[in-house]
Amino acid sequence: MWLIDSSIGRKLIMSISGVFLVLFLLFHATMNIVVIISPAGYNKICEFLGTNWYALVGTAVLAGGFVIHILYALYLTWQNMRARGTQGYAVTKNQKSVEWSSQNMFVLGLIVFGFLCLHLYNFWFHMQYAELAGVKEAFAPADGASFVQALFSNKIYCVIYIVWLCALWFHLTHGVWSALQTVGLNNKTWLPRVKVISTIISTIVVLMFMSIPVYYLLGLGSCSCC
Amino acid sequence: MEKSINVTLKIWRQAGPKVKGNFEIYKLDNVSTDSSFLEMIDILNEQLIKERKEPIAFDHDCREGICGMCSMYINGQPHGPDGEITTCQLHMRNFHDGQTITVEPWRSAAFPVIKDLMVDRGAFDKIIQAGGFVSINTGGIPDGNAIPIGKNVADEAMDAASCIGCGACVATCKNGSAMLFVSAKVSQLALLPQGRVEAAHRAKLMVAKMDELGFGNCTNTGACEAECPKNVSISHIARLNREYLSAKFQD
Ligand code: HEM
Ligand code: SF4
Ligand code: FES
Repeated sequence: MWLIDSSIGRKLIMSISGVFLVLFLLFHATMNIVVIISPAGYNKICEFLGTNWYALVGTAVLAGGFVIHILYALYLTWQNMRARGTQGYAVTKNQKSVEWSSQNMFVLGLIVFGFLCLHLYNFWFHMQYAELAGVKEAFAPADGASFVQALFSNKIYCVIYIVWLCALWFHLTHGVWSALQTVGLNNKTWLPRVKVISTIISTIVVLMFMSIPVYYLLGLGSCSCC
Repeated sequence: MEKSINVTLKIWRQAGPKVKGNFEIYKLDNVSTDSSFLEMIDILNEQLIKERKEPIAFDHDCREGICGMCSMYINGQPHGPDGEITTCQLHMRNFHDGQTITVEPWRSAAFPVIKDLMVDRGAFDKIIQAGGFVSINTGGIPDGNAIPIGKNVADEAMDAASCIGCGACVATCKNGSAMLFVSAKVSQLALLPQGRVEAAHRAKLMVAKMDELGFGNCTNTGACEAECPKNVSISHIARLNREYLSAKFQD
């Protein structure tokens, strides 16, 4: 299978799974913003994406996307370390034009993954999973707004989530343009433009997500008026 | 203005491919800043021969930046600190008096060390043999303007063709990837009508060879482009990806 056996095939899978995850993040972040605008509206969305078949199929496809991306990341990184050889350089100098994130995609991915597990435990485990398993939680499964407020009333969690989103930003600023380069959508004129597009997309995604812990950190989410 | 400097050299010595290597320290005094880096190594070797020691083995040939043989990783950079040049074009004026200069061979699994600073870059030849040529009959020499080719296209092809196969891109890449080299060799032909005919086939064969020889997967860090003495652009890598993927999807 050339998608496993050839380097460009492997990169294609990496790139497509990565872009799929970015599209998911855009979708996810758009929904999250609603919790600031209207907690009741947010709960409507939580209800809509509860445990019905389309939400479950969506979750499964998404999990599949993550698994593929991570398995390929492990395989690629292992192969690349082998290709580098056993004897390293005694002296290395970083080039100015090389982004730091591009050299640390695996580490950044691991950080993203670690926090992702925490995040799944914080929300998914208490919401969709609890509903499926019939476990009683502090709030009704569809009362997402209360879950969000409860978690982010803890300032440490706000900070943890903000750190997580910074790692994600670094992963994406390189990831998005790299994915376009991998599928060949690039040339000399577009190279700088594609990098700018990549920075804009990752900044939008990360700012949308980050607005929520920041909102609660500033104490705006706990007033009774809204 | 000519000046002389004293330098300390920390050079990788390795007796053969399977032997363990190590750094040796050499002191060299009164090196003219006008001499090239390789001339400086020549002076050191003469000194070593006089002391009845084994001279340092290193690759070089044209000494004018066109053959790509001179391969040294100097102070953490392939071809040393100056930009867009090969080691033979590097001059001692880039170093200061009393400086310690670390010289290592290219280090990459696909480029095994032969001796000291010499590495076996035969893997590049194998990639070229896999498809880096035109084998169709292009007929006699056509009139100069019979097949019009845009200036921008001709320039791109010429830029790709400036690759001298030195291997600095592989040496500096954290993934040991040969994508910049292969993309230059695929692009220089794919952009022109004579090479276009076999372009899809060529991309598949050369990439397959590259993978077989144990080069890594490109993650688009761009270190290759930064260190390439001929400034070959990573936009050629995008073209190679395009060529390869469309060839595979056509199968
Ligand atoms: C929300 C989560 C994630 C998103 C949106 C994402 C997105 C992306 C994108 C768009 C790329 C560029 C693909 C390319 O270079 O062609 C990429 C590359 C990469 N990702 Fe992720 N990723 C995520 C999570 C992870 C995780 C959890 C890991 C690993 C444990 C990981 C490891 C990597 C690695 C190693 C690369 C570089 C691969 C290469 O360039 O060859 N990523 N990611
Ligand atoms: S692409 Fe540049 S660095 Fe790589 S082999 Fe060709 S000339 Fe050397
Ligand atoms: S010796 Fe030929 S390029 Fe340096």
